[in-house]
Amino acid sequence: MYRWNFDVVWQYWDLFMWGLWLTVVYTFGSILFGIVIGLLTCGARLSNWKVLSVIARTYQEIFRCSPLLVQLLWFYYAFPLLVGITIDNRVAAMLTLSLYVGAFYAEIFRGGILSIDKGQREAAAAIGMSTAQATRRIIMPQAVKRMLPSFINQSVIQFKNTSLVSVISVADLAYMAAVVNGQTYRPLESYTVMAALYIIVLFPLTQAADWFERRLRVSD
Amino acid sequence: MNDKIPDSGDAVVEAIGLRKSFGTLEVLKGMDLALSRGEVVALIGPSGSGKSTLIRCLNMMEMPSAGSIRFRGREIGRKFRDSGDKIGIGTLRRNVGMVFQHFNLFPHKTVLQNVTEGPIVVCKTPKAEAEELAKGLLAQVGLQDKHDAYPNHLSGGQKQRVAIARALAMQPEVLLLDEVTSALDPELVGEVLTVIRRLADDGMTMAIVTHEMAFAADVSDRVMFLDQGVIAAAGSAEEIIRQPTNERLANFVSRFNH
Repeated sequence: MYRWNFDVVWQYWDLFMWGLWLTVVYTFGSILFGIVIGLLTCGARLSNWKVLSVIARTYQEIFRCSPLLVQLLWFYYAFPLLVGITIDNRVAAMLTLSLYVGAFYAEIFRGGILSIDKGQREAAAAIGMSTAQATRRIIMPQAVKRMLPSFINQSVIQFKNTSLVSVISVADLAYMAAVVNGQTYRPLESYTVMAALYIIVLFPLTQAADWFERRLRVSD
Repeated sequence: MNDKIPDSGDAVVEAIGLRKSFGTLEVLKGMDLALSRGEVVALIGPSGSGKSTLIRCLNMMEMPSAGSIRFRGREIGRKFRDSGDKIGIGTLRRNVGMVFQHFNLFPHKTVLQNVTEGPIVVCKTPKAEAEELAKGLLAQVGLQDKHDAYPNHLSGGQKQRVAIARALAMQPEVLLLDEVTSALDPELVGEVLTVIRRLADDGMTMAIVTHEMAFAADVSDRVMFLDQGVIAAAGSAEEIIRQPTNERLANFVSRFNH
């Protein structure tokens, strides 16, 4: 019978906290950059300028159709050789995470905007609104509401995906758990604490998302 | 806004040599139409005859492939804003209102907000003033007790009356009605037609695309029969609907039990 011993692992509590902090930083950092990238990509996809939309589409497909782990390895080990400069592992991690989530966000934004009936744009135009006014006051408020559940879902996935940056030695929660395991030889405790921390952070978030989605549905 | 454009003659809105193609399909094959001030013109014809496309060209909801649209005698440009001696599309639409078959109310806004949206955002009318105006218009269409309702809680007839109030809130000189009763349950058609008839009596200039032959005959000063992208016959309601001479026209009208 295995004898659990969390005491040894508790001694490294600060490492777990530091790792969790970095996980949060990479999650929210990449979500912020991802929103910017997603908006730009979505705009490019919807633009009438064909070249722009093809470029945006190509970027999206590359990042949606390859595993995040592969992208991280490529940006850290291969990309520097290609351009002849070294890239800090933290920069590579943030860059890859942002580009990855941005490709998915762009699709969520695009789907939300395209789901709005074209009669809405026409009705706005018919009372003399400019395209910008119609987009801001009529299309976006409705589109954002439709995007929100998918957006939150993708962001939850992003939080978990950050664990992959440990493979390029970014000291996130998953990396720190491995460090603690190396110090204590207690994999069961180290990795259980890690798993529990992910769940403790994400469970309230998914509950909040569900509650939020139900509320939005009521107002329809 | 209206005062900036000098009045020239009778026609408020005109289409001259209007053509419209979608891809290789030519829907409008050269049309001329002039709406005089205070006039009500009904556009009738089989589906695919181009009547909706024609009315949608009058406020540039569809861009004409050839020919021009004029407002108060001045040509409409392709830009949103006025440029040179051409009137912008935005200016045209502020003065020429449109009501759609499927209402297209803004679902995220209350009835009152739907009506005040145009005045506040486009005309920069102060909110209190816009609400005053909107409440008056909603009373006019019989919806004074629905200010805070959301569109999804209204019947089709109520939705369409809000849509009419929304168009009127811009205080347009012309109203374009594109099959506004076609999506309604039969028992709700009457309440919308009553509102339109009252507008006609008040002297509103209107172009009405409709399948309601009795209503068209009753409310309009002129009726145009569109067929295969041209105006095949035009005249008084008497000539076009009650005593048609053109064979295709007679055939078309007879299908509506007259």
